[in-house]
Formats: sequence, structure tokens, C-alpha cells
Amino acid sequence: MEKIINIFILIPLLGFLVSLVIPARKEEWLSRVAFGTAGLNLIVVIFFTLYWILQGAPLLNMKDFALFAADEYEFFIDFCYDKISVVFLLLGAMLTFLVTIYSRYYLHREEGYKRFFNTVLFFYLGYNLVTLSGNLETLFLGWEILGVSSFLLIAFYRERYLPVKNAVKVFSIYRIADVGLILAMWLSHHLWLENITFAKLSNYDLVHEHLQNHTWVGVAISLMILLAAAAKSAQLPFSSWLPRAMEGPTPSSAIFYGSLSVHMGVFLLLRTYHFWEHQISIRIVIALVGLTTALVATGIARVQSSIKSQVAYSSIAQIGIIFIEVALGFTNLALFHIAGNAFLRTYQLLVSPSVVSYLIREQFYNFKPREHTVEDSLPKRMEQTLYVLCLKEWNLDSLLYRRFWNPLKWAGKQLNFFTLKRIVIFALLVCAIALLLLRIETYINAEVFHALPTVFALFGLIFVLKAFTERIHVRLSWTLIIINHVMIVLGVSFNEHFTSGHSFIYLSGIFVSGLLGYWGFFRLKRFEGNIDLDRFHGYVHQHPKIAFACLLAGLGLAGFPITPTFVGEDLIFSHIHEDQFFLAFLIALSLIVNGIAVIRIYARVFLGPHVKSVYDMAYRSS
Amino acid sequence: MHSKSLGFDEAHVLHELKHYLPAQAPLKDFIHHNTLHAFQHEPFKLAIRKAFKTFGYNTTLSLAAYRNLYASGNIAEETLRKVIANHKGEKELEIWMKKVIHTDYPSPDLPRIGAFRAFWKKQYQLDMDSLVHPTLFRVLCSYLDQGIAMWNFPVWQKGFLESIKEIELNSFTSFFRTKQARQIFLQPQVEISELLTLLVGDEDLFEQYLFDQQFAHQGWSGMVASIETLPESLLDRREISLKELITFELLLELDALYDHFGNNWKSLSKGIAEKPISLFAPSTLSEEDEVLLLWQEAFEWTYYDQVLQGILQKKKFTPTQHVKSFQAMFCIDDRECSLRRYLEQLDTRCETFGTPGFFGVEFYFQPEHGKFYTKLCPAPVKPKFLVKEMDNDQVQKRDLHFNKNSHSLFRGWLITQTLGFWSAIKLFINIFKPSMSPATASSFKHMAKQAKLTIENQHPDDCENGLQIGFNIEQMTDRVEALLKSIGLVENFAQLIYIVGHGSSSINNPHFAAYDCGACSGRPGSVNARVMSYMANHDEVRKRLVERGIIIPPDTKFVGALHDTTRDEIQFFDDNTLSVQHKAAHQANELIFQLALSQNAKERSRRFELINTKESAESIHERVKLRSVSLFEPRPELNHATNALCIVGRRQLTRGVFLDRRSFLNSYDYSIDPKGNYLFNILKAAAPVCGGINLEYFFSRVDNQKLGAGTKLPHNVMGLIGVANGIEGDLRPGLPSQMIEVHDPVRLLILVEHLPEVVLDVIQRNEATYEWFKNEWVKLMVMNPVTESFYGFQNEAFSPYAPSELQLPKVKDINVILETHEENLPVYLMD
Repeated sequence: MEKIINIFILIPLLGFLVSLVIPARKEEWLSRVAFGTAGLNLIVVIFFTLYWILQGAPLLNMKDFALFAADEYEFFIDFCYDKISVVFLLLGAMLTFLVTIYSRYYLHREEGYKRFFNTVLFFYLGYNLVTLSGNLETLFLGWEILGVSSFLLIAFYRERYLPVKNAVKVFSIYRIADVGLILAMWLSHHLWLENITFAKLSNYDLVHEHLQNHTWVGVAISLMILLAAAAKSAQLPFSSWLPRAMEGPTPSSAIFYGSLSVHMGVFLLLRTYHFWEHQISIRIVIALVGLTTALVATGIARVQSSIKSQVAYSSIAQIGIIFIEVALGFTNLALFHIAGNAFLRTYQLLVSPSVVSYLIREQFYNFKPREHTVEDSLPKRMEQTLYVLCLKEWNLDSLLYRRFWNPLKWAGKQLNFFTLKRIVIFALLVCAIALLLLRIETYINAEVFHALPTVFALFGLIFVLKAFTERIHVRLSWTLIIINHVMIVLGVSFNEHFTSGHSFIYLSGIFVSGLLGYWGFFRLKRFEGNIDLDRFHGYVHQHPKIAFACLLAGLGLAGFPITPTFVGEDLIFSHIHEDQFFLAFLIALSLIVNGIAVIRIYARVFLGPHVKSVYDMAYRSS
Repeated sequence: MHSKSLGFDEAHVLHELKHYLPAQAPLKDFIHHNTLHAFQHEPFKLAIRKAFKTFGYNTTLSLAAYRNLYASGNIAEETLRKVIANHKGEKELEIWMKKVIHTDYPSPDLPRIGAFRAFWKKQYQLDMDSLVHPTLFRVLCSYLDQGIAMWNFPVWQKGFLESIKEIELNSFTSFFRTKQARQIFLQPQVEISELLTLLVGDEDLFEQYLFDQQFAHQGWSGMVASIETLPESLLDRREISLKELITFELLLELDALYDHFGNNWKSLSKGIAEKPISLFAPSTLSEEDEVLLLWQEAFEWTYYDQVLQGILQKKKFTPTQHVKSFQAMFCIDDRECSLRRYLEQLDTRCETFGTPGFFGVEFYFQPEHGKFYTKLCPAPVKPKFLVKEMDNDQVQKRDLHFNKNSHSLFRGWLITQTLGFWSAIKLFINIFKPSMSPATASSFKHMAKQAKLTIENQHPDDCENGLQIGFNIEQMTDRVEALLKSIGLVENFAQLIYIVGHGSSSINNPHFAAYDCGACSGRPGSVNARVMSYMANHDEVRKRLVERGIIIPPDTKFVGALHDTTRDEIQFFDDNTLSVQHKAAHQANELIFQLALSQNAKERSRRFELINTKESAESIHERVKLRSVSLFEPRPELNHATNALCIVGRRQLTRGVFLDRRSFLNSYDYSIDPKGNYLFNILKAAAPVCGGINLEYFFSRVDNQKLGAGTKLPHNVMGLIGVANGIEGDLRPGLPSQMIEVHDPVRLLILVEHLPEVVLDVIQRNEATYEWFKNEWVKLMVMNPVTESFYGFQNEAFSPYAPSELQLPKVKDINVILETHEENLPVYLMD
């Protein structure tokens, strides 16, 4: 019976692959493949679920296959099927089916018709992977796909400035969520000494036994999960990304940011519920995050004067309530609420253009000069203060910039003395010293030796910060990102002796992608001359093939599940000890910045308004 | 604190800015106009190139696009040669032919706009727009919001700046980041020139800076300027001026500077090495400009010549004198062009007329329970009359999905878990079986069919807010006489005369107002049709008409109607008051109308790729109706796309010529208007209305990004007044790409049937009208009805014109062509 679960992944995978090879002119075929995929999946899911219910709705868990296995470590794909998966799976299949049919007509004649359906199917594949995942690793696989397809959908109108800018912004926040997950995976690996499945988590005794001796690990894992969930579900302090994601065609905003994508954080919480349900403090924290978000987002929603941001913030507020429901243990209520919220917001976004004729008409017949609102009963000064705060979204958008990105940028700018030459010399020197140190290990003071991983991780961070803030040279930035990976591996290899095979797995993907990227940028340079990183260039239009190669290269370099590096990342983390939180934090930070630096390069070089002409281009502000 | 006025005249600059900014009103009052109206005082050719150089607007197709049109035969070689020879002389012909067809030109320089303000980024490494725009747009939109937000701008009665100031003084937070900017704002009087002195320094550059600044977000600036001029375009009134917007923006810019550099920065003019080139500095036409203009003209004349030949070559149609089965008046709208053709085909004894769709009656309309008046006549006219609707038994249906409670916290909690699931079902139904819903904007909702109207004035004192309720007999007679004489219907009245207004239906369409009747200020023409019918049926009016030489037989009845151009449906008004004999005739006619409407839907469907045009007219008609109520259909109809002609003359001029829904048709009989008095009124309306429609399509087509609204798929409704991309974009005036993609950018050719000397006199009577022709923003041609020869208008004079020799193809059954072609069709002669 479990084997059937594979079909739910295979159908979207197949649909996605088929859609890739259909010529862009064949609108009819493309849309048929898209809604056929979702429709077929929907039917299979419905029948399977009925059968499953008849069987007494057992918890199904299926270990699919191992991507990598070593003595103590196994990275395997695992699926599980229970109430939560069923609700999300059905929700996803229904909404994707309806919205693909909708888009079939809506996007008619739009440039990028094919790109749209490719991305939607890719998204759907990732979504199903997440909802059916049976362990954190499988979930992470789907999670990454969601992140990248979201980036591509938000930047669908890639020749305009704002969509690209906002896509990068949303990607940055998703990246924070990713790292929350990586750290949670790292810690739970140490806690369980295996890649635990969600099915096992429902065994209370097992969880209880492990957590008794590692209370702080349990708390840390839960907090990391909460971080990932809050970022992905646009809870405080991350809320401002959701309205800004509404840059693509209305149906894609409706289905992804109105409904499916934004509920993924809640899904993560529900999935790991059995892990943290006995940690009262965590439940309180989750409820508090939900409560503050619900209150703040409602305030912001009330002052929105554009229809899409209004729907976005009211959806965030409802998800805040859902967080509370989950924290209180009302799983069924939460699932019901999720489905209702998803349908309602999808529909509200889809009919949002009608709001003009509808409300104007209503106003025409029922106009009252100004209605009394709740806020009018507040003291004037309070009311106006709150209004201004809500109007400015409580500075949430600038908060991340001011408190997080700007310090990083500032740090990167301090490294301006690094030229390409100096960097290479420095990196080679560091590598040479590292190798030497590894040779003479036995002669070194143990304490010094223990500090070495952190030192190298710091070097790595420095390199990637420089890559992130580099304004002039594309290839310098690219090189720095590669060096960052090398530093991470070097650092960890001081930490623990492991076979060079692990490093190889990690670095193989990096080098292949790195080289592919070099090739791409080199070719581009031959056509276009030197390209800086100070602005968007929009070369995707003229050089779609190079752009695609560089996108793949970039994804590989960011540890996306297309190269062995994806497994390697997890593997490398398994060599960080559970008491080395600082080291893990440094490397995690490196990886956040690393991913953003890669996407930044791609966006600046290939997306945005074309650098050579202002004609035929939209205004920057529009 | 006084502003110096040496190099900077604030009032003048503000005036200039308002002149150049987009003039589009809020969405509910969307009315087509010449997008480059600011340049209209100059000749078209010079003006469009100037707009290109100054503002970076593309004002023609690209060179490659013209060459493609040439290669595909859509620009005729003979015409191209003729145009070049005309402008460059026979001698230079071959040289220019080569240039036009083969020479490549380097990409043009950057436009002048924005060059000065770009130094913030270049010299100061400061992205001013990203720091200022989000706050600015947000505050503007919240202040002007017409009903999206649940919690409105807390202070609003005092005007924009004063309201902000009061909030600033009365709250613990601030719109500004820095104390410095806030302090300046809170001074008793803040002058633009002072702020500019701080920011820019050099007074000579103030004007240029303000242009750069405002054109960095021309959508919002244009909206503010338009609301300042016409505050009544907002139902929920707001006071705002461009001056206030600029002041606030300058303060935000100062704020950004203080925040970024502290007190340590120099004004912009001190930071730059050399002065930027002045925006309106004179420039000459480059060779590429000339090439583009030659192509444009060749493209236009290729089409015009076909039309003129069509008129000459068509089978002569002599109107028979025997009894007409019925007569029908339509709006001049190009969308009625084909419907009239089908009516005439199906019933050869009927006769159709075209006249602006307000049918000569101008008034405000107040629907029952309506809290406001709606203007139902061309936008520039200021009516003195009010018509009220009474006994409307229609109940306005609600849609809970637009209910704002779903956005509040606790009610939202309940609503998501109840209504939320209903949405899924609704979405399912709408995708698989679309139907009319409260969210649909439908022309039939404009006025209830059974409702009564206060058309006749009961007493001279019967007034409301300075408007007379209804018209008195004399006023009615004047209007009926003017209408009938202007279209040349003064004898041979049929038993039934239909007056057919038009409107449209659509859903998910913020630009719905652009689809209705332009002559009724973007509303359906049903009330006007009904009002005019009532007047023409009035016994007292008929008596007085006799005194003025119009004898309408007693058994002639006028019947008002509304044609929905999206759904191709028709609704007749007051048909229950017809006598038995009239009713019988009417029923027969109604059948003809139904058939013609289905045929019309079929003809329209050739443009809709997703409908198979080969199916029967009836089944296509059903599918066309579905489009108007489908949420997912961004093209419910194509509106005025492909419009290119306006023919002012008798119907027999164009009867038998296939014009592919590209022509405005205004009926006019020169023989009853020898002095051209009625012609004067016709042209006074036709030039700006049809010309405005034509040029809006023209410019939205050639530069959909800057002069149009781009694709409508990502549009987000801002404050019910405009659309933007995403949540932080600038407003996007102009037409979305879905409305213009099939449009050929060709200027309107107005063809008048009269003597050239009369027409010349007529067009010179009004300076504003004359400007359109003199500067060639529309092309004017006259056909002498006696000699049947053409006269073109150029350099303020008429001269004989002979269209290129070509034999137009004759078609027996136009349906065969319609079923197999999607693109714009050439002119055909119909057998």
C-alpha cells in the first residue's frame, strides 16, 4: 500500500519534465500537461485516500531509498502518509488543478507562458515532496524546490525592476528559513544518532527518553524549527515579504502566496508536533509568535489601501491564529482553518480586479461620509501613532535591512582592499597552511587545534561576505563563493577525522557548478564586455542559454538538490559536534550569505531592466 | 521667508508639469484621450520625435517592425515610393528608399528626462527612489483611498499637507526618519524653492529637477494633478494638489539625505561636473527620425488608399424610396460598424444611422437610491439637467467575498472556516460554468428596464442642486431637431425607429469604464437612448417639430435600446407601451436583431484564438457571452482595437465596403446642411472623441511600457483609483497590453462628405478643433459629393488627392474569410 505514495511524486515529476520539452509556442499542450498533472494527481489522491480511510487510516511510513549511506550516517528519502499529509495533499492538488485551468486562459498570449507552467509544475513537485516527506531530509529537498520556484515566480516579469528586487528579498528570507532547518537537522542528527523519521517521533517514550538527557538540544531544535516555520509562513518579524511577493501574474500570487506556500511553515510545525508537544516553553513561544503576529498583522491589514496587500496581511493574521491553535494542540481545528484560509484567500486574490467596479457601485448607492471604526475610540494621539506604525508596517521591511543585512554589508565593505589577485594569494596561502597543519597535527597544542575549525569557518565567512558585497567583478564574487565552500570543508576536517570521500561529495558539486559558472560568465564577457554587480543588467533576454547555465551553476553552488553537494552539506554538518554551536552558527551564516550572494549575482547579471536601453522598458518605479 | 523668483517661477513650473503629466482620471471615469495631449499644439511629426527625445517615449513602431510590415505586404511599395517622393523629391527617391529599407542606425542616446537626478546614484551612491517612493506612494494611496482600507487616513478634511502635519504633531511616531527633515516640515510655511535650495542649490536647475522627480513616478503625479483639477472625480472627496505632493516628496528626499549622510552633504548641483542638457532644448530631426516618420506615413497611406478605393469601386447603392422596414440609430462607435452591416444584410429594407451615443441629450443621471449624480454626455460638456430613476425594483446583490470583515481578526477567523469553503465551490463553478454574479460590471445594471425616468420637466422651479429636473417642451424639441437634422433623417420615417445606446459587461476588469460609451463619459448609453425616444415620441414635441419642417407621421414610434458590445445582447425599453400593430412589427425586427447579433459575435470571434470561428453563429454567441462573465478572461472584448477611420457622411458611401470594424461612422447628409452648421458640431465632437480614442490606442500600442499600462495580469488595484504592478509600484495609466495587442498604430482618417470650401470654413471656426487637423494629429480628407473626388488636408489647405491605383478584391461571402483569418483584414468589396 505504501508504494502508491511514490505515484504522488512521480506524476508531478513527470509532468514537470514533459513540460520542459514542449515548445514554447504550443500553449495548448503546455496547459494540458499542467492541469492534466494536477488533475490526475487529484483523482489518484482522492481514491487512495478513500481506500486508506477504509483501511482505518493507518499511519503509513515508507523508506524509499538511500541517497548516501556510510557507517553511521544514512541520507535517505522517506515518505509518510497521515491526516496532515492528506489535508495538504488534497489542498495542493485541488488548488493547483483549478488555478492551472484558470491560468490556461488568463495567461493566453503572455510572453513566458511556458516558463510559467514549468515553474508551477516545479513548485507543485516541491510541494508534494514536502507534504509527503517522512523525515527532515526529504522535507528539506522539497523545501529547497519551493524556495527556488518561488524566486522564479516572483521574478516572472524579469525585465522590470521591482519584481526582481522583491524576488531577491523573498529569497533572502527563505534562506533564513533554510538555515533554521539545516541547524535543526544537524542537532537532531546528534540527538537521535540517525536521520529520524516523523513516524518515529510519534512514539512518545522514545522522544521522552532522548529529550530527558538533552533538554537544551530539544529546545534548540524546536527553536530552529520555529524559526524556519515563522519565516516561511510570514510570521513576525518576517511578515513583510508576503505582500511583496505579489509581483507575478495574479493566479500565481493567489495560489502560492495566498494559499500553498504561506502555509508551509504551519505544516512544518504540525509535522514536528510530537517532538515539541511536551516542551511547554516552546508551545508558549509558538503561541506568542502567533498572537503578536495576529495582532500586528491585523492592524497593518486594516490600513492597507491596495487590495493584494490587504489580502496578504489578513492571511498572515489568520496564520498567526493557526500558530496559536497548533500550539494549543488543536490539530484538527488548525487543519480545517488552513484549508478555509487557503481557499478564501485564493479566491479573494483571483477576483481582486473586480473590486473596483463592485466597491465603486456599492459606494455609489450606500455612501456614508466616514464610518466610525474601532480605532476612533482610542485617544487621538494613540490612534494616530498606531495608524502611522501600521502604515509603515511597523518598519518590518526596513528592520531586516537595518539589523541584519546592513551590518553584513558593512562588514563586507571593510574588505575592499581584497583585489582578485590578493584574494587568490591569500586563499592559496590559507589552504597551504591548512594542509601543513593537518600534516603536523600531532605537534600542535590541543587547545589551539580545537580552535582551528572556528578560525577557518571565520575565514570562510569573511570570503563570502566579500562576495556578497562585491560591486565590480562578477568572477571575483563567484570565486569567493567557491573559496567559502573550501574553507568550510577545511574547517570541519580539523574538527573530526573523516574520509576524504565526504569532502569529495561536498566539493564535487561545488567544483562542477563553479566551472560551469566560469564558462557562462566568460562567454558572456565575450559578447558584452565587463559586467559589474552594481546594478541589474537583464541579459537573460539576449542570452537565455547562458542565463540558464548560470542559473543551474548558481543552484549547484548554493547546495540545491541537483548535485551531491546537497547531501554533502548535511554530511559535513554531521561532523560538527553537538557542543560546537558557535561553529555550526558560523557555517550556517556562511551558507545563508552564500546562497544570497549566488542569487544576487544571477539577478544582477541576468535579470532586471536591460542595461543598454531605456526604450521599451517600464519605468523603474512601475 | 520668501521665495526668490529669479530663475525659478514656481507657479509656471507647476503649470508646465501638470500639462505634461498623464491626464488620466480615476478608473471609474476612465475616458480615452490623446496620451501626448501636451504636445498637441505642435505638428504631429515634430511633436512625437520631441516626446521621444525628451521623455524617452517610443512614439512609432521600431524600424524592424516597419520593415517586417513591408516584407509582409502590409506597407505597399508603391505607397512608400509615393510618400518618399512627396517629401524628398523624385531625385532623392532611390537614396531614401535604400535608407528606409536597408540602413541600420545606432541605438539612440538616453532620453533627457531623469539625467540630472541620476547623479544621486552616480555621484552620491544613493538610491533616492528606493528610499522615497515606498513611503510616498503608501501615504498618497492611503490618503486618496476610495474604500479599500478599513481604517482610513485619520485626518483628511484639511488637505494633504495639513492632514499629515496634524498627524505628525499628534503622534509618538513620525513619517520621517530624521529630526532635521521633521523640523523643516513643522515650520509654519514650507516653500518649494527653499527646499530646492537645500537639495539642488543652483536655481537654474530647479525646474529640471522637478521634472526629473515627478516623471520618476508619473503615474501618481498625474493622478494627483488630475484630482486637483477635477475633485469631483472622487466620490469620497479629497483635497490635494501637485504642489503639496512635491513639497512632501522634497521633504522625504531631504530626510533620506540626512539619514544617509547626517549633516555632511552638499546640494546636488555642487556635486556634478557639468550641467545636464536642458529638457526642452531645441533639437533637429535625425535621419533615423525621418526614416521612421516616412515609414509611419507609408503604413497609414497603404491603408487609407484601400479605403478610398473601396468607396470609389463599390457597387453603387441607391437608396430605394419605398417604405423602410425599420430605422435604427447607433453610436458612431467602431464596434457598431459590423452590427449595422449585418442588420442591413438580413433586412435590406432597413436603414441604420450613426451619431455620438449620448444622442444629443446631455444631463446628469441619478439612479434610484444613488447617492451621487452620473454625467451622461461627453466629458467636457457641463449639463444643466437632471434625470432621476424611479420605481427601480432591482435589489443590489452582494458578494461576501468583498466583505471587509474577512480581513478582521475574529470575524475573519469565523469567515475563513465557513465562507472559505464556499469560495472553493464558487471558484470551481466559475471555472467550469461561469455566470453573471454581483462582481460582474454589467451594462444592464446601469438602469432598470422597468424603472421610470423624470424626463419631462413639471415646473420651472423643479430643481435640485442647481439642476433642472427634466427638460421642458422647447428644450426637448431643440434636441430632437438637432439630432434628426445632424444625421439627415428628416423624411421617410419608418414605423419603428430604434435608438440604440451601447455598454459592455466584464468581470475582473479594472478598466471597465473604458469599455462603455465614450460619448456618455464612460457609462452605458441606455438612459440617453430612452430619454431621446421619449422626447421624439412626445406629441407636443412633434407638433413643434412640424413648425420646424420635420413631419414625423403619427404612427412612427421611437424605441430606446441598449446593445451590450461584449455579450452582443440587446435590451429594448418601453416596448410594452407599443400598440398591437407596432408590437407585431417589433417582434419581427427583434428576430432580425438577434440574428445580426449572433453573426456579429461570430465575426468578433475570429480575433479570439480560443474560439473556433467555424462553428455556428449561435454556439459561438453563447461562448462569447461566457467570456464576459469568466474570471479568467482578460479579453472579454477588444474594445476599440484596430480603429482607424471616421466617416462623416451618408451610409451609402460605405455600404458594400467591408471595413472590418475599424471605422467610426457618423451619419450626415450634406444636402440639408449647406452651411455646415451641423457638421461643425459633429466635428467638434468627433475630432477629440474619436481622435482621443485613436491616439490613446496608438501610443499605448507603440510604447506599452511607458505610455500604456503593460500587461494587466499582475495588476493590483490601488485605492480604487488606479492600478499598479505589485504592491509598491507606481500607478500605470494608459491601456494594458491585452487591449492593444491587435491594434495597428494608424492615425485616424476623418473622411467628410461635403464641399472642401465648406469644410475648411467649418474646421476653422473653433481653434481647439482646428488644432487637431492643422497639426495632423488626425488626418482629414473630404469627398466632394458631386464630383466624387477626394481632397486631402495638408498645410492648412485642401488639395486634390488621387489614391494609388489598385483593384480591391471582391468577396461573395465574407464569412469564409472571417472563419480563416485572425489578423487585420484589407478592405474588401462586398457583392
